[in-house]
Amino acid sequence: MRIPCTFMAPTVMTRIVTLLLSCLLAWLPVAASAQEDNGQALLEALDVRAFSEKAAAIEDVIESQDPRANAWLEALLDGKLQRLKDDGSFVIVTDNVGRQWPVEDALSGESLGEVSRRDLDRITINNALRGQLRSALSMIDLFAESREARQAAAQKLIGKVDAELSETLERRLESEEDDQVRRRLEQAMAVYRLEQGDVQAVERLTGSLNSDIRVALTRASQSDDAAVADAAQRALVSIEQQLKLNRGLETLYFGLSLGSVLVLAAIGLAITFGVMGVINMAHGELIMLGAYTTWAMQQLLPGQPGLAVILSIPAGFLVAALAGIAIERSVIQFLKGRPLETLLATFGVSLILQQLVRTVISPLNRTVVTPEWMSGSLVINDALSLTLNRLYVLGFALVVFAGLMLVMRRTRLGLEVRAVTQNRAMARAMGIRATRVDILTFALGSGVAGLAGVALAQLTNVGPNLGQSYIIDSFMVVVFGGVGNLWGTLVAGMSLGIINQVLEPWAGAVLAKILVLVFIILFIQKRPRGLFPQKGRAAEG
Amino acid sequence: MNNSTLSSRWLAAAALASLGLSAPALAQEDPIKVGILHSLSGTMAISESTLKDTMLMLIEQQNKQGGLLGRQLEPVVVDPASDWPLFAEKARELLSQEKVDVIFGNWTSVSRKSVLPVVEELNGLLFYPVQYEGEESSENVFYTGAAPNQQAVPAVDYLMNEVGVERWVLAGTDYVYPRTTNKILEAYLKGHGVADEDIMINYTPFGHSDWQNIVAEIKRFGSEGKKTAVVSTINGDANVPFYRELGNQGIDAADIPVVAFSVGEQELSGIDTAPLVGHLAAWNYFMSVDTDANYDFIDSWIEFTGDEEAVTNDPMEAHYIGFNMWAEAVRKAGTTDVDVVKEAIIGVSVPNLSGGYAAMMPNHHISKPVLIGEIQDNGQFAVVWETPSTVAGDAWSDYLDGSRDLISDWRKPLECGNYNVKEGRCMGSDASEALAQE
Repeated sequence: MRIPCTFMAPTVMTRIVTLLLSCLLAWLPVAASAQEDNGQALLEALDVRAFSEKAAAIEDVIESQDPRANAWLEALLDGKLQRLKDDGSFVIVTDNVGRQWPVEDALSGESLGEVSRRDLDRITINNALRGQLRSALSMIDLFAESREARQAAAQKLIGKVDAELSETLERRLESEEDDQVRRRLEQAMAVYRLEQGDVQAVERLTGSLNSDIRVALTRASQSDDAAVADAAQRALVSIEQQLKLNRGLETLYFGLSLGSVLVLAAIGLAITFGVMGVINMAHGELIMLGAYTTWAMQQLLPGQPGLAVILSIPAGFLVAALAGIAIERSVIQFLKGRPLETLLATFGVSLILQQLVRTVISPLNRTVVTPEWMSGSLVINDALSLTLNRLYVLGFALVVFAGLMLVMRRTRLGLEVRAVTQNRAMARAMGIRATRVDILTFALGSGVAGLAGVALAQLTNVGPNLGQSYIIDSFMVVVFGGVGNLWGTLVAGMSLGIINQVLEPWAGAVLAKILVLVFIILFIQKRPRGLFPQKGRAAEG
Repeated sequence: MNNSTLSSRWLAAAALASLGLSAPALAQEDPIKVGILHSLSGTMAISESTLKDTMLMLIEQQNKQGGLLGRQLEPVVVDPASDWPLFAEKARELLSQEKVDVIFGNWTSVSRKSVLPVVEELNGLLFYPVQYEGEESSENVFYTGAAPNQQAVPAVDYLMNEVGVERWVLAGTDYVYPRTTNKILEAYLKGHGVADEDIMINYTPFGHSDWQNIVAEIKRFGSEGKKTAVVSTINGDANVPFYRELGNQGIDAADIPVVAFSVGEQELSGIDTAPLVGHLAAWNYFMSVDTDANYDFIDSWIEFTGDEEAVTNDPMEAHYIGFNMWAEAVRKAGTTDVDVVKEAIIGVSVPNLSGGYAAMMPNHHISKPVLIGEIQDNGQFAVVWETPSTVAGDAWSDYLDGSRDLISDWRKPLECGNYNVKEGRCMGSDASEALAQE
């Protein structure tokens, strides 16, 4: 049983120690004493307007050691502790979506059925209360079973230790066995000792990239004690150097991640435009269809967003590929060899698809839930962490690229595609059904656009305008990389991503985009066929 | 005559009108025509199409109550397709061909600026329902959304005084509203002793989707020991990837809160809000406001749309207030004549949805309460702070040079949108030129 045993009063950090003691006691099996009448009074006290009084009332709830207190506080944290307007009784809302909310009695725990939200009054909290509640909870986590929880709790204490707390930590250090947790606790203690003017403490802090430690060192470097100031200054210099290196790595990751998005969006186009030579302005809308497939999958499988995302990989491919076939059969096949008309016609198709989604589904954006395993970030060190969703997209882009390479190089379809695009008449003379190859190639390119949509649904809006924002970038990448060359698309996408992210911090996002465009224009002037121009006979086609 | 058949006939007529066909005259007396100028296609459809529906609902309700002055209301819907010059053309079509008595419409400032000369030339009435950058007051436009002093400035006050913020990131999309608002906020913050190095200003293009670098920069900016907050004028679609990146890079609202001026219930309906709990928004209305008027409005909205999960938002309330004010003014004047209504509406006061009253000021802005809400895990906002009374909209900011000395008063005898108190004269069209030179 988890007993809520602590809440930090505003600004009173020292209370934590006493609360902690009561907390440790509370872990022992306590006979749940009947405090029925007291419960109502405790909750009454929470329903006050001033947040300072509310903080005090919350503390009373904790100190009451009421067995229901945990549920009350959690409900309070989620904004689900409410009052019925007519009789003023306290209820906990179990689900606050829609207009009718199921509630249960906060005192007895029995279900009261559904209540209209207009008959309920919420007990409000603000960021300050929320933050204090969470950081107080982190004190309990210091004694948790899980290593990660202890580590996170120890990290939060850096810069927040005072005299009383330091004694508790000292004792905690003796029994802590995990090195990582120990290191954090020692750092927390060292920051405290540094504040007390201990020069030795600086040594323990040197090399740490934690921002709270940096703040403490900066403060110490302005201290009156010359020895402390000097040592802190030196520690700061070495930290700055390491930070610079980490920032470089971070920018590289940002660049690769943006690059992978560009590659994903452009790789389908590299097939339809690059290999087949069809200017498909509806390419962005095929991406959008892939994204909507992810959303639809999540609607079909409520409660399993992760499975839905995985299933939408084949589904997104199929949907976009079928849409691609429909576009090819209905429009593009009649406009073969007339690029200008193809451009206009497919632009029309893109508008039709957008408005179709607006009318049939909604003009509003749809929510795509990020599965648990894709949210958050992979922490490398205190200054460098890689966001997981982008890491997955980066990996996905590389897998899609490798798969596509395999299809084009190693399968019969790939061979036929290359043959048809090089010399259509000759390929037909050799018995290749050129029309079928056209359909399959276009379906493949479209399907890959659908895959891009599945990935983009994790990063950006799923709405009717999704495709528009990627179509220009996609053409840019394909042209820059060299039309007809898949490797070129990969290298072009990645390098444009990195250039953009390197420029952004000092030029700003708007100017960075312009600079990249100017760069490409100049580059194309110099090398009209892009980074990796087609050579030999294919170049004539 | 049976009332319900009448209104259903008019609904059919409205449907015809919205298809672009002219409605046949069914009643003996001509209906009052209400123009609705909101994008139903293109980028802005996401925000504006719900406002069109809001207007249709309000008109339907009014017609059920017997219309206005004994005449029925007839909505005339046009689609300017998120194309700014097309807004001007469609406004001209509404005023000179359809001869509408009033227009409700526009979302972006640039579309309003494009419509402005048309409405002034043809002497129309335009009700503009979205929060905007101020620095404008037209004889023919009524601004029912918030001016900067009704949203941005109180929000910054809240962060400064209640949260204790000392460092500021002003992040916005690169266009007129964020630029002007940030100019006002920068002047305001510096006036309150915030140093230059404690203000970071950042602009991004429309629909920006790669926020990695900017969020990392905000994180660094906020990790230097002083309490930091982000004031976001990021518009529309770009918000979803921005908030996602915030969540993924682990920026918690308790560490670096983000207060947004363009993120409402509708924008949140496209995001999983769990990682965003505690981030803030400043508006004059939230769907979670606990009043009977609001619950009735939500019920009728859900009934009208037939969507149990439909949300309401601030610009919808602005249309609700604007429509009721116009109806009240028409009733008071006894006619829909633009010149008479324009005069009659000043001073009209109607209930808003948050339990108070909104009054039309002589500068064509209205009085509104300012609410600060924190995002909840169900996509709603919980109000954590509100102004003790309503705040009157200020057309010309007190924090910008050049605009400080201007006042707007469309009552007789002044009848001027930009009267310079120092020089004692009406600037007329000079004012915008003078400001442009700033």
